[in-house]
Amino acid sequence: MIRRPMDAGLEQFRVPRGQVFIVPNRCKDCQFCMEFCPQDVLERSDDLNAKGYHYAVVAAGKEDSCVNCQFCNLVCPEFAIFSEEVTEVGSASH
Amino acid sequence: MAREMVADRHPTDLLLRSDRLPHIWCPGCGLGSVMSCYTDAVQASGIPVPLHVAVSGIGCTGRVAGYLSLDSFHTTHGRAIPYALGLKVANPELQVTVISGDGDLSAIGGNHLIHAARRNIDLTVICVNNFNYGMTGGQAGPTTPRGATTSTTPNGNYEEPFNLPHLLATAGAVYISRWTSLHVRQLRESMRVAIKKPGFSFVEVLSPCPVGFGKANDLGEGRDEMWFYRRRSIVDDNANLADVGLSMSEDEPIVLGNFVNRDRAPFRPAVEKWAIEEVLHGEA
Ligand SMILES: Cc1ncc(C[n+]2csc(CCOP(=O)(O)OP(=O)(O)O)c2C)c(N)n1
Ligand code: SF4
Ligand code: SF4
Ligand code: SF4
Ligand SMILES: [Mg+2]
Repeated sequence: MIRRPMDAGLEQFRVPRGQVFIVPNRCKDCQFCMEFCPQDVLERSDDLNAKGYHYAVVAAGKEDSCVNCQFCNLVCPEFAIFSEEVTEVGSASH
Repeated sequence: MAREMVADRHPTDLLLRSDRLPHIWCPGCGLGSVMSCYTDAVQASGIPVPLHVAVSGIGCTGRVAGYLSLDSFHTTHGRAIPYALGLKVANPELQVTVISGDGDLSAIGGNHLIHAARRNIDLTVICVNNFNYGMTGGQAGPTTPRGATTSTTPNGNYEEPFNLPHLLATAGAVYISRWTSLHVRQLRESMRVAIKKPGFSFVEVLSPCPVGFGKANDLGEGRDEMWFYRRRSIVDDNANLADVGLSMSEDEPIVLGNFVNRDRAPFRPAVEKWAIEEVLHGEA
């Protein structure tokens, strides 16, 4: 296979974006998602859930960093986190 | 964009008995990750969900059957494979997957395991190897690495453990892989392939048990054991299976991969004379 340099039209390869969803009361603070998210999107909450655990939240400043890779969704042992693809309306630049 | 949004359910709840969540597994246990990969593989298999059946033995891993909203069977200790064999032979259209622990499958159930592989029964076996009997208090079993500390080997385990991929390859399994509960994408894909494969498929999953094994062996929390897998794992699909035994030593790699994918006629009970003829003389 011949690899050609992508010298034109890069704007058509948009990185997918995801919105993170959490079911706070299921989280047991194992930190699998936080430690291994490839984009370092997640951190522990300041407050506690009903079972007394800090739960996963999107870190400040990481609101636009999720690439919807589904890693957290698959690795979470508690079925407490997932992401959904965001379809952007209007301009892709931000 | 917003930060996290709060949901009260998860997309996978469709395949779970979500009224039983949160499950009983300890924080940092890898079993939920394995169950998550399995439910995803079921959906990706293309086989209608009502045709899947999950069969478990006894142990923490054995609890998987009770959390799935599939036809599932929580059987007796060590006997998941015989129950699964009965289900499959009587209902060949079903897709039967055994999900059970290293102790259940390779200690008390070890004979069923090797003979099911030898006979090439059309089953998928997912063996969660956490190197100990988690449920009963962290005792050593046939998968405990040499030197590991457990509640029954306080001075270190002096026995040689099973190298499960090598054992199953020798016994005759047609599909064999090993992943960890950190390698979720590869694990899910491997489970999907194993489910589709006719004959006896075996997926070994290394998984943290911080309570039964991690703490006693200075592996820390489940999260730290996941880092241990990240640090030590190499992927080699073509590895010589005699060399993929597991050890506690940081200097030895943990070899992962989709090791075996070969074809051999699956088990079919010779209930009619013509079927025996077919075996002896080949299909007409
Ligand atoms: C006939 C019988 N013997 C012993 C036990 C006790 N027992 C329950 S679970 C278990 C071992 C489970 O180990 P494993 O399959 O590795 O599961 P884990 O808990 O580690 O997931 C044992 C010995 C039992 N329930 N039944
Ligand atoms: S989907 Fe991927 S990038 Fe987004 S939060 Fe989860 S692990 Fe991180
Ligand atoms: S992986 Fe799941 S249970 Fe673990 S910290 Fe993340 S959201 Fe919580
Ligand atoms: S004892 Fe080990 S295997 Fe059992 S739930 Fe706890 S961490 Fe998981
Ligand atoms: Mg075990």
